[in-house]
Amino acid sequence: MHFKLFCQFTKIGLFTIGGGYAVIPLIEKEIVNQGWLDRTEFYELLAITESLPGVFATNIAALVGYKVSGVRGGILAALGTVIAPFFIVILVAAFFGKVQDNPYVVKVFKALRPVVVGLIAAPCYTAFKANKMTLKSLIIPIIALILMFFFHLSPVWVIVFGCVGGILYHKFKGEQRQLPKN
Amino acid sequence: MIFYKLFWVFTKIGFWGFGGGYAMLSLIQEEVVDRNSWMTKQEFTDLVAISQLTPGPIGINTATYAGYSTLIHAGYSHPIAIVGAGMTTIALCLPSFAMISVISYFFLKFRSNRYFSLAMDGVRPISLALIALAALSLTNGDNFIDYTSPILFITAIVCSVRFKVHPILILLGAALVGLVIY
Repeated sequence: MHFKLFCQFTKIGLFTIGGGYAVIPLIEKEIVNQGWLDRTEFYELLAITESLPGVFATNIAALVGYKVSGVRGGILAALGTVIAPFFIVILVAAFFGKVQDNPYVVKVFKALRPVVVGLIAAPCYTAFKANKMTLKSLIIPIIALILMFFFHLSPVWVIVFGCVGGILYHKFKGEQRQLPKN
Repeated sequence: MIFYKLFWVFTKIGFWGFGGGYAMLSLIQEEVVDRNSWMTKQEFTDLVAISQLTPGPIGINTATYAGYSTLIHAGYSHPIAIVGAGMTTIALCLPSFAMISVISYFFLKFRSNRYFSLAMDGVRPISLALIALAALSLTNGDNFIDYTSPILFITAIVCSVRFKVHPILILLGAALVGLVIY
């Protein structure tokens, strides 16, 4: 179990190309779709990760690992994410100092970069579906996005507003709802 | 002494580095180039370029590379530099990892708390905005260089959302396309 978790995250780390956010589609495919983690919980963990300092990829890995199998899972998932990049960077630093000037590398990355952005954008759709959102309720994430992108409001505040909003909304409606079973 | 200094500096960066890898780069540059003169500005630029080409989170790659090359510059042997690189990499993850251990504990504990669960209802739609923000922040001239870039971007989204192609396959496909068309 622990070994499998470590291997999954090693694979994720190896294909984290173009920065930490690239782990989102990979975790969705390798961890959530495999049934290791509930999809709605994944989105909650994602929001928590955004309000933490440090490296996004290892933070989300640690949180997911922790959720799947406790402290040891968290440590193994975070280590798995960094192990492959670590040795590749050492190899590059020691032997291929000028890899960024290699014409083939340049070609490959010209095509990879916009594709990575596409892969990062794609989970928006699954998040929309999984949270059973209607087009009308899209107004909330759209406002949040405008505040963060155009007005540079910190994600931490947007998440705090989300928490408060969630509580107030249900208080206001006085709606009885089922609690998720632990 | 330099080991202690490296460890401390990267722990500090891991603690104050909000906003993902790219935001962290300016902190790393300030510490590694301006304050401690462990490397020149030119070397740092190369380092960032290499971090973008190798898999893994940018922050992690930069910490690994900086730890390694700093120790090589200081006259240490390769094995010692590799150990040092491991140390800076772990140092970077340490502060947020400590926070995650605490948060995960409470997350599991409060999962069945009514208010916590209402707050999470409010947070989940926000995660959509956070994913979109990640993609939007990468939609720039560095990643979209010509008219084929948006085509690649849309193709990646369609392959992922509509045809559920695995992200790793999409990345490998994009690498091949890059070799052929550029």
